[in-house]
Amino acid sequence: MVRRVCLATTRHRRTHAADACSLLGAAGMKPTHLIVEARAIHKHFGALHVLRGVDLTVEERQLVFVIGPSGSGKSTLLRCLNRLEEPSSGSIIVDGIDMLDARTDINKARQRIGMVFQSFNLYPHMTALGNVSLALRKVQGLDKSEAETRAQRALDRVHLADRADHYPNQLSGGQQQRVAIARSIALEPRVMLFDEPTSALDPELVGGVLAVMRELREDGMTMVVVSHEMSFARAAADRVVFMADGEIVEQGPPAEIFSAPRHERLRAFISQVERH
Amino acid sequence: MTGWERFTDSFFNARVMAQYLPKIIEGFGLTIVLALCIIAAGLIAGLALAVLRALGIRPLNWLIIFVVDLFRALPPLVIIVLLFFGLPSMGMELSGFASAWLALTLVLMAFSEEVFWAGITSVPKGQWEAARSTGLNFLQALGYVVLPQALRLTIPPLTNRTIAITKGTALASVVAVPDILGAATSGLSHSFNPSPLTLGALAYLVLFFPVVLLGRWIETRFAWKR
Repeated sequence: MVRRVCLATTRHRRTHAADACSLLGAAGMKPTHLIVEARAIHKHFGALHVLRGVDLTVEERQLVFVIGPSGSGKSTLLRCLNRLEEPSSGSIIVDGIDMLDARTDINKARQRIGMVFQSFNLYPHMTALGNVSLALRKVQGLDKSEAETRAQRALDRVHLADRADHYPNQLSGGQQQRVAIARSIALEPRVMLFDEPTSALDPELVGGVLAVMRELREDGMTMVVVSHEMSFARAAADRVVFMADGEIVEQGPPAEIFSAPRHERLRAFISQVERH
Repeated sequence: MTGWERFTDSFFNARVMAQYLPKIIEGFGLTIVLALCIIAAGLIAGLALAVLRALGIRPLNWLIIFVVDLFRALPPLVIIVLLFFGLPSMGMELSGFASAWLALTLVLMAFSEEVFWAGITSVPKGQWEAARSTGLNFLQALGYVVLPQALRLTIPPLTNRTIAITKGTALASVVAVPDILGAATSGLSHSFNPSPLTLGALAYLVLFFPVVLLGRWIETRFAWKR
């Protein structure tokens, strides 16, 4: 199994590891290690074979961008990483924790994996502060005032300090999505998963969400982003992964993927997206 | 005696009414106690069943659905009579009050389980996913995120159902419980005059009119603001 993995990703990992090492070596930091290590993930929905042996690795402080036509399994892959979706087979290690081991405390593991959804999924009966502090109180066991201090700090980071006592229906879509990001980062996750975070937003609200994501990236957050925001991918991604029909067809640095795509499927996809 | 006099003498006979008023008042208290016991037990049992059903254990869910459909299909009076006259042959004796309480509790449980369940399933899946992705376990996600939204949706239909079933307390009179109707019918048979029934009807109005108004208020108060 390991050999298959290597075959699939050797080229990219080698070039990538080299980049990362030289960069970090210069900064005098410890070498990077893998935060996400998904191997040979298969997922069946009944007769539908949605993921067909996907390997995905994400190094610490990396932003990996996943693109592909709809129905290619991008979101399913992302949802397998925190086990919102149960993979049919394969292995998933996140920050050293075996996510598929029955002995793993999944609720504990999920606190290290932030997730942001296309439809925000804020709790409508709670204020922004309530949304962000719920897990701090009930999962991490902080008392109310400490949880709210930390929730307020998370709202500061998404520039919504003054919206703390607003309910979701009093916020714009972009603001709601930033509250959702705050809800995740308040738990200080080791990796953040973004499932089409801007797809449900009006065009003029996309920028604010992307700006927050870029700041997160600059603060060193490890991120996996499923999205159609190609210009964001070009500007911010370390690696772009192209998926089609439940498989990773091609991956590499954004410059390579967008300027010199090798596979026909990827070329077709990019030309379609660019035309649009 | 004119027709009008005969009418007032039958239904608004002051002497008879005064005689049976204390009994009706006692029945009034008993009806309230019975109704409160039914509401408390029925709603708690219904919510518990809906929560159990949310666990998604298939054989358990079949059992829950069977029980719920059973008590939704059987007329409440049939259940009361079965419990009161049937159980003694099994060596279990229930008082009339207990039979009526148990029967109507089971009926309210069945109907409220369906309402709670509809409420739980109407909460979008994304709410569960967001809650679980932050590390909340199943019960925490249910308790802090899903149920508060579900209950809000269930309050109007639940209020109506609860009123309908608590009015069924009148059925307890069949198994010799001296509730409002029980006291009124025994007054009727002792005095050969239906005025106690008029008193009983008035007592029901006094009891349930505020409840119906409260239900109306709750419906507007909890209407989901989007």
